[in-house]
Amino acid sequence: MKVKVLGIGCSNCQTLEKRAREALDQLGVAGEIAKVTDLNEIASYGVMRLPALVVDERVILAGRVPKTEELAALLLAEAPLAPSQPAGE
Amino acid sequence: MTLATRPESATRSPWRGLAAAALIWAALFASYGPFAGWVVDTVPGLDPNSRLAEVIHFFVFDTIKIALLLVAVIFAVSVLRTFVSLEQTRALLGGRGRVVGYALAALLGVVMPFCSCSAVPMFIGFVSAGVPLGMTMTFLVASPLVNEVAVILVAGSFGVGVAAMYVATGLTVAVTAGVIIGRLGLERWVEPFVFSVHGNGAALHDVRPTWQERFATARGEVRSIVGKVWPFLLVGIAIGAAIHGWAPEDLFVRWAGPGNPLAVPVAVLLGIPLYSNAAGTIPLVEALHAKGVALGTAVAFMMSVVALSVPELVLLRRVLKPRLLVVFVGVVAAGILAAGYLLNAVI
Repeated sequence: MKVKVLGIGCSNCQTLEKRAREALDQLGVAGEIAKVTDLNEIASYGVMRLPALVVDERVILAGRVPKTEELAALLLAEAPLAPSQPAGE
Repeated sequence: MTLATRPESATRSPWRGLAAAALIWAALFASYGPFAGWVVDTVPGLDPNSRLAEVIHFFVFDTIKIALLLVAVIFAVSVLRTFVSLEQTRALLGGRGRVVGYALAALLGVVMPFCSCSAVPMFIGFVSAGVPLGMTMTFLVASPLVNEVAVILVAGSFGVGVAAMYVATGLTVAVTAGVIIGRLGLERWVEPFVFSVHGNGAALHDVRPTWQERFATARGEVRSIVGKVWPFLLVGIAIGAAIHGWAPEDLFVRWAGPGNPLAVPVAVLLGIPLYSNAAGTIPLVEALHAKGVALGTAVAFMMSVVALSVPELVLLRRVLKPRLLVVFVGVVAAGILAAGYLLNAVI
């Protein structure tokens, strides 16, 4: 899955990126995380609050930084395939 | 600190957890005054009538009072905020006539604050969706200027009347600044790419949250905002306490009392480079006022600190050309100046 973290470098954006990585690791899902800082590109997703999370070109989160566990659940709901080895807590 | 008053996980009925938290909060709120007195009385070797005792009392009293108010206000406002979204706000503004639109923009700016890192995408989202530049500016100014936390703290320190005047002058500043920028037709000083953005608009489809989720969101907000604010708060209270205890009585009266017409502009200029949030500046304002600084001057200082900050201007530079940025700072500073003089004249 292709995950993008939209943000313009504030601390919340960095936290979201870190937790998204942790969440992917927890799930054991292969995925790449890209950071999007270009305003034009951020705006093209129609988000008005940052940081935002985009999974496979769909905005799933904007303006808040959930805990890693919640992020994992959100990402899991977006995952096309069931994870091969769901890592527990 | 007081964060423990919010239960970590509200079990079953979210209302039961809320009621418990409210009770604990009320008990703490009823006892912080006596507690501050007790601290001063029990510290060994401290003369309760000394200046140091006054400083310590101010620090303990204000820290607990502000922390309690902060937690309650952020929680309540965050719950309210789960009922409104920026998308709805934008749709509301797009379809309004000028007069209603500006007033609405200012009001919505107050209830819909955003972290400064959202100012830029919000600006793009509004302007590219056809909300007039002036109205967008009104929203952008009102949001930090009339801060809900500041309103409650001002009411707590100076009474409801002063808080109402702070809100009224702040809204007027925001509307006036927006109208002026709108009238000047400064769209050409907005970075051109803003107008060519075409969002897919899909964004998030909001699901109606449950009360449990609303409370959870609000608890998260309390944690994150208090987590960010507390250093500013402690520094503000410490400076306030020091001024309260040690500043000579006539120092501020001479330089910033009602008799000095230059006090307001100096306060506004001093406030621009300073960066703090509303919660951190209130104890300072309180101490300055107690030492004889005119209230309008003190409030103008607070407005300038919270509404105009270098970090936010740096971010806004990405969508506003330097000239518009200068106009923005100029118009807002002029508005705060007028508000300061007005409050000094009225109170």
